[in-house]
Amino acid sequence: MSTVAVPKKRSIWDGGESPLKVSYGKLMMWFFLLSDAFTFSALLITYGMIRYMHPTFVGRPAEFTFSIEYWPIPERVYEALPFITGHYPLIFVGIMTFILILSSVTMVLAVEAGHRMDQRDVEKWMLWTIVGGIAFLGCQAWEWNHFIHGEGIGTKMVDGSLFTGANLFQNQYGPPAFADLFFFITGFHGFHVFSGVVINIIIFYQVVMGIMAKRGHYEMVEKVGLYWHFVDLVWVFVFTFFYLI
Amino acid sequence: MAHHPNLSPEEAHKANVRNIWKVTAILAGITFFEFTLAFMMAPGMARNAIFIILTIVKAFYIVAEFMHLRSEVKSLIYAIIFPLAFVVWFIIALLSEGSFIIDYK
Repeated sequence: MSTVAVPKKRSIWDGGESPLKVSYGKLMMWFFLLSDAFTFSALLITYGMIRYMHPTFVGRPAEFTFSIEYWPIPERVYEALPFITGHYPLIFVGIMTFILILSSVTMVLAVEAGHRMDQRDVEKWMLWTIVGGIAFLGCQAWEWNHFIHGEGIGTKMVDGSLFTGANLFQNQYGPPAFADLFFFITGFHGFHVFSGVVINIIIFYQVVMGIMAKRGHYEMVEKVGLYWHFVDLVWVFVFTFFYLI
Repeated sequence: MAHHPNLSPEEAHKANVRNIWKVTAILAGITFFEFTLAFMMAPGMARNAIFIILTIVKAFYIVAEFMHLRSEVKSLIYAIIFPLAFVVWFIIALLSEGSFIIDYK
């Protein structure tokens, strides 16, 4: 059998090449984030559906009072600030949003510094990112604390008693499902922020010890950066669907 | 990371950092606009639609610029974007399920 080498055009998918032009670790981080996006989508869509199933308050927002009969207006629930009394609707979550966006910016600056192999800059920007993450967690801890303990004389429950604050069974703001979803969704996001901070600290430690410089690249910073940006991305959606709408 | 074939490393660094701050300004601006809208505009379908569109714009900037998905190869971009069609499906599914539950409650 004569063998004539037929020059066959090789596709990049025929092996020996990396068609997606990223490392294994980065690709798997992307796929993990995709699966995580599904998880958060499911939680937020569930929130939308359960909220839609409850009656909404009819009337002007100024006349709104808490009741277990209808879904609360978000800007009336989240209107407290630490150390100050009074009504400042959504100011605190606004601050939290800016903290998270800024920590995302410092993260992308750390990644950029990693491309230049500039260890000092990577250290500086990663440290700011960690500070931002911890600040966000602190804000969330305060917000949860305020949400759980509540304010005022409380709201009439099904059995006629007054209840202030919130737990998984009853809350002063609205139907029980409202507080359940608050704890679930912001809690799950907060846990992501927490794990992001922990991973950031580990990578920061490795950068400071010169492990990345010895390795010759800062790809781990890129990977943790992807995760951190994703956490910010989720907050963008939580902010809209939980606090604005 | 955006590639600048004609720039020196120092100039590329400056261009990258400028781009990062530009995206930051866009994100902060949109958030601030959403914030004012929450007080200036009456609640309703129109306001919710504006919020959702602006949220998707913000998501685009975060994923494309901060996560650098824009400068990855096409196959990777599609591998990440196309599966999100399942989210669209899920929204439609639960909307129809939700209205069914309301009707029978």
